[in-house]
Amino acid sequence: MNSNTKFNILRTGLSISIALLISFGIIFLTSKEPVNAIVQLLTGPLQSQRRFGNVIEAMIPLIFTGVGVSIMFAANEINLAGEGAFHLGGLVATYFALNTTLAAGISPIMTILIAGIAGAIVTLIPAILKIKTESDVLVSSLMMNYLVLYFANYILSNILRDPKAGAVVSFAVPSVTQLSTIMPGTRIHIGLFLALIVAILGYIFMFKTKIGYELRITGENRQFARYSGINVVKITLISQLLGGFIFGVGGGVELLGMYNRFTWTSLLGYGWDAIIITTLAKKNPIHVPFAAFFLAYLRTGASIMARSTDVATELVTITQGLIILLVVAEQFLSKYKHKMIAKEAKATLGEKEGE
Amino acid sequence: MIVDAILSPEFLNAALRATTPILFAALASAIAAKSGVINMALEGILLFTALFGVIFSSAFQSAWLGLLVTMVMGGLIGFLLAFFVLRLKTDAILAAIAINLIADGATILILLAVSGDRGISSSINSIIIPRITLPIIENIPFIGAVLSNQNILTYVSLIMVVLVHIFLYKTPLGLQIRAVGENKDAAESVGISSDKIRYISLTISGVLASMGGFFLSGGYMTRFTTGMSAGRGFIALAASAMGGNTPIGSFLVSLLFGGAQAISNILQLGTLPHELVQMLPYATTLIGLGLYSYSKMKKRQRLTGK
Repeated sequence: MNSNTKFNILRTGLSISIALLISFGIIFLTSKEPVNAIVQLLTGPLQSQRRFGNVIEAMIPLIFTGVGVSIMFAANEINLAGEGAFHLGGLVATYFALNTTLAAGISPIMTILIAGIAGAIVTLIPAILKIKTESDVLVSSLMMNYLVLYFANYILSNILRDPKAGAVVSFAVPSVTQLSTIMPGTRIHIGLFLALIVAILGYIFMFKTKIGYELRITGENRQFARYSGINVVKITLISQLLGGFIFGVGGGVELLGMYNRFTWTSLLGYGWDAIIITTLAKKNPIHVPFAAFFLAYLRTGASIMARSTDVATELVTITQGLIILLVVAEQFLSKYKHKMIAKEAKATLGEKEGE
Repeated sequence: MIVDAILSPEFLNAALRATTPILFAALASAIAAKSGVINMALEGILLFTALFGVIFSSAFQSAWLGLLVTMVMGGLIGFLLAFFVLRLKTDAILAAIAINLIADGATILILLAVSGDRGISSSINSIIIPRITLPIIENIPFIGAVLSNQNILTYVSLIMVVLVHIFLYKTPLGLQIRAVGENKDAAESVGISSDKIRYISLTISGVLASMGGFFLSGGYMTRFTTGMSAGRGFIALAASAMGGNTPIGSFLVSLLFGGAQAISNILQLGTLPHELVQMLPYATTLIGLGLYSYSKMKKRQRLTGK
């Protein structure tokens, strides 16, 4: 392990610790039972099988979105339409499942694929707009999210809505299309395997294929990539398409696995969660499941804490923000990094002199 | 019927009101962008300052003192963003996303601690900035009905368009900001400290956005509700981008958004499905941004002869 990797691990660990310490500080300031709250936050998810199940359930969508955004950001394109892609994925999955009758095994697969295509369209629009008109992807992708939200609200209340249900929710997706639970006593569904497969495939794509290599070169240095004969426009499009597809698949899987009815009337925030995950995973899909597990654990702990003490779940939103700020701050601990590199260099020199 | 409604002075009056928070934030975005940093934290700043406005105007029992302190807080958040971006070399977009996340959580925690409620600040007796009628102008037919009887902050936002324009284009500091944004190295070679200029720009950006935040909960509405910035910070980002990051351009595009918002408020009462009408401001931005960028691209290609 070279000093750079070692340093990255150290800094990420330290950033997380500092963010947690600040959050504990907030708990001590605002809570009447701070110790209990912290204990619940940190150990709550381990107290029962069902609670640990909640962690894994929450982890599934985070893996999809983390891998999706890692691939999109690898092209150095800040496309934030993943949020919308996930949302539309869920909507299209519901629509497709309600309007088709396919055999048991094929139905969920087709539904998830269609959801993925819907997601790919959402992230592709800002990318195409950039290529054709040079408009800023950041801004146009943010607009896409709101367009998708209101479009989904329209479809939900005018086409998919179940009038017999009290709230504004869609008809229930037929049970042949729903993803089956794999562990009794929890709601962990088969989507977990899909998510892990996506993470592995994502890793293979980015680090073991020619297109993945070209994608990373394009992200690191666009000019250089262009001069080396890489078709950067094509590579960028592929990465945005693929990222959106994975987001859409994630939306479809989440809906078929956890919801059964389309109930999303506001944006769920998975697009933003994906950013903290890719930050922790350093854009490497194979690290995404670990980062997703960490975040899911923190979330589950927070909701247990909120149920049993007077601290609100939103505390972890602050923790997440702090983690991003510290992990991304390049100069944080940079003096230490220099020392570490200098030490390593001296050691290598020493070895050579000794020969 | 819809055309009649849109041409009515009541509608234009409402459009101007809906424009106000977006306009403040768009001016904030323009100044930051002119110095070469994208301030995506506007969404979080709007949300934070909407809450601070309620808390401080109630604490001092004065809307103006509350506004003043809120502006200081907004400036501080802008400064903090600058600190992370410039001193700690954090990616400006990721730092802003972090600030927005923190705003989401922290506003709920603070509201809960201060008022005991996590949704709305009803139990805080905050003071709002009033509407005023303009003498003489109010008697002019049509124009009077559009311009008069607006919130004082709406007038302030319009004055700000002129002030920010003068600041950016007629003062030495404004020139330095534009120089740093245009070419940082060239600016540094003539002795301008680009970091200092960007600290100043982002702080001013925070102060401007905080006025929009204050207006949301102390003028446009009379209470703070969680998540009330509702994407306005992002719309403002789009408005200033589409307006070429100039104050006047940002103003014109903000008006378009305010108008779209007001149209969607009117149409929601009619027979059109309100969800589709709500898409209007965002669709307008997306298309507008595309058209604007396209014309800019063509112009550049013509100039460089490519």
